[in-house]
Amino acid sequence: MALDDDLKKDGFTFVGTRPKRPDGLDKVTGRAKFGADMVAPGMLHGAILRSPHAHARIKGIDTSKAEALEGVKAVVTRADFPDTVQHKPGMAGEMWNVLENVMAGEKALYDGHAVAAVAATSALIAKDALKLIEVDYEVLPHVTDVDKAMAEGAPVIREGSADRSVPEGLHPNVVRYHESGHGDVEAGFAKADLVMEDTYKTEATHQGYIEPHACLGMLGADGKGELWCTTQGHFYFQKVCAAVLGLETSQLRVTASEIGGGFGGKTTVFMEPVSLALSRKANRPVKMVMSRSEVFRATGPTASASMDIKIGMTKDGTITAAKGTYRLQGGAFPGAPADFTAMCGFAPYCLENVLQIGYDVMANRPKQAAYRAPGAPMGAFAVESVIDEMCNKLGLDPVEVRLKNAARDGTKSSYGPTWDAIGQVACLEAVKAHPHYSTPLKEGQGRGIASGFWFNHGGETSVSLALSEDGTAQISVGTPDIGGSRASMALMAAEVLGIPYENIRVTIADTATLGYNDVSHGSRVTYASGLATIKAARDAVEKLKGRAAAEWGIDPDAVTWEDGYAKPSGPNAGEFEPMHITKITGKMGRTGGPISGHFEATPEGAGVSFGTHIVDAEVDPETGKTSIIRYTVVQDAGKAIHPTYVEGQFQGGAAQGIGWALNEEYIYGEDGRLQNSIFLDYRIPVASDLPMIDTVIVEVPNPGHPYGVRGVGETGIVPPLAAVANAVSNAAGVRLKELPMSPPRILKALKDQKG
Amino acid sequence: MKPRVTVHLWAGLRALTDGAETVEVEAATIGQMLYALAKAYPALEDYLEDNVSVSVDGRIMATDLTHPLTETSEIYLMQRLRGG
Repeated sequence: MALDDDLKKDGFTFVGTRPKRPDGLDKVTGRAKFGADMVAPGMLHGAILRSPHAHARIKGIDTSKAEALEGVKAVVTRADFPDTVQHKPGMAGEMWNVLENVMAGEKALYDGHAVAAVAATSALIAKDALKLIEVDYEVLPHVTDVDKAMAEGAPVIREGSADRSVPEGLHPNVVRYHESGHGDVEAGFAKADLVMEDTYKTEATHQGYIEPHACLGMLGADGKGELWCTTQGHFYFQKVCAAVLGLETSQLRVTASEIGGGFGGKTTVFMEPVSLALSRKANRPVKMVMSRSEVFRATGPTASASMDIKIGMTKDGTITAAKGTYRLQGGAFPGAPADFTAMCGFAPYCLENVLQIGYDVMANRPKQAAYRAPGAPMGAFAVESVIDEMCNKLGLDPVEVRLKNAARDGTKSSYGPTWDAIGQVACLEAVKAHPHYSTPLKEGQGRGIASGFWFNHGGETSVSLALSEDGTAQISVGTPDIGGSRASMALMAAEVLGIPYENIRVTIADTATLGYNDVSHGSRVTYASGLATIKAARDAVEKLKGRAAAEWGIDPDAVTWEDGYAKPSGPNAGEFEPMHITKITGKMGRTGGPISGHFEATPEGAGVSFGTHIVDAEVDPETGKTSIIRYTVVQDAGKAIHPTYVEGQFQGGAAQGIGWALNEEYIYGEDGRLQNSIFLDYRIPVASDLPMIDTVIVEVPNPGHPYGVRGVGETGIVPPLAAVANAVSNAAGVRLKELPMSPPRILKALKDQKG
Repeated sequence: MKPRVTVHLWAGLRALTDGAETVEVEAATIGQMLYALAKAYPALEDYLEDNVSVSVDGRIMATDLTHPLTETSEIYLMQRLRGG
């Protein structure tokens, strides 16, 4: 689809205002229905038996005792799923991985891998029945660390998983290889006054959404089914569930519940096919709700990473060459986003010589899932830490150095393509001008700066807008609202239609109502569903103008639409009183029928996004505890449709990034079992850990959207790992190279430095 | 006559194109370009079906096969984008 030639940059009536959120009352009164809130007549409760071993061959499963327990209505294992899976567009090779992850086949590949499931008349009976299932395991050697997983002699997770991109001679656990860049890095390093090279590591973290995975599945012997679930993409869930259960896609209707957080983690199918398989066997609806421990053990998390960064810089701060090698572990399946880590790491900079290499590595851990800008935060941590260290060594200002090397309009990006309108320089200028940056630090405090980049995405999008007789509008979108999209859709439609925001209701339609919609991911919803909403509203306006033209007896082209009124376009069009939308919709049944607007397309003009964060931190040298004193997020939003939600996205990204930087980590024992699978042991930041996070919305309009929108949901988590690490390192006086920077790790770094 | 376009490949794909970093094909749209690439290098076909996004003049086209190309288009094949 071509870019819009009618980019509107100013003169907005509704866009850019801050009306109340449409789902606010439902959510504060408990009226909103989340994944676990749905019930159905005759409903059973499902539970999943999970492997206690990190790697084990399943020699046999005896379910007879569980089946004999009173109240148990069905037990399923892998034998209840098809031997082969259907191919679906855009899913080459992935369907088998999904099925294998949903229910283990010959081997359990990680602690928490599903091996069997039960449906019973109560959740308690279902859990009791799990204890009666006897699984005969042959425990196999395991590996959970990324560097060890690709070392010679490491246990092979699954032979033959590597694709043809992987160079010969690498361990079979290395399953994808990425290399990109331009110029000659060795020649660039030779021109540098200072070359620094170091290794950085990050642990896996979980998306940490408050709502656990939950669903209610109904599937009859006739192959017709219904699924209610918490998801970022119900059309995708429909496609995947149909494929792994051998159904026709259109016979499974999927409805998305309200969603209590996703952050990428609910783009992946984990247990919904199990609910449907149990339902098919029991001929009753089956509800399944994960415990928090199951969420940690068997869903999410991010990849863990081990990264080597080498940068050359002249005395004046010009980067002469940059090289990054990124090894990412994404669990027992291909898919760690090493390619994105590689492409994003140096993206904020205009570099003459750059080379980036990524390795996607399998290990005995849960299948990684996307987490806001998947892969990018880890790379930014490594790259931005080295740049900070070099600024310190050369006595240079970290913002000036970033400005000197910043990617600009017309820069050839580190991964190849040449950018058009981008906001990295505007963000850095805003950082420089912000009072936070010039505020003196107190004794024991350190300041950190870091930039970050994310691509953003378009994707298949279908929107329908129906006008009511009273001139109000109902909009159906197919992208679950994970960040306030119902409000932003209503604002954009209000702008086109010229009717109040409050007169528009936006609904997340089920899979039977609209054409295919890509998942709510890639910061795409305000961009792509927003673009489609604008176009659907414009489609409706054309029809409204046509009705007015017919009544006036003039050509539709001689009618304009302004502020909710059809008007003659000029004196030559004739003299008619402006006709309000309510006058047209009130009699639309008698002037040609109901008026609706539609738009279906795959918008491909998502603008890339940059952000830079400023952090002040204080480190207690006695305990190693870090306090975040002050935090400012500066990010390019293109155009903020509802600025409060944009600020919320910025703050949320920073808060999650602070957790990733300071405390969150997956801790595995020697036995390969996850040691901290509840929130008491896996510490996410709470309100008392955080300062008020200040935000600055930079607006460099994206020419690929009618109002200039860029996605904002993901970029906000890219800089904070590095920004916090730079602040902590500057406060502590020692460079922290491994996340999380937990108190014991900081104390050790301080002790090592003292020698 | 379709324009002759130059396509930049990422390193992982070069193993499938006899090491070529850029490939020239005749194509007026992204779809025609992918078809021509698969015809010239059959080993690429599996990748092209599901695993690539295409950057044209700095914009990443995840799926649009109809997007027009010209001889001056800057074209990069990229691994398919997935987000959170």
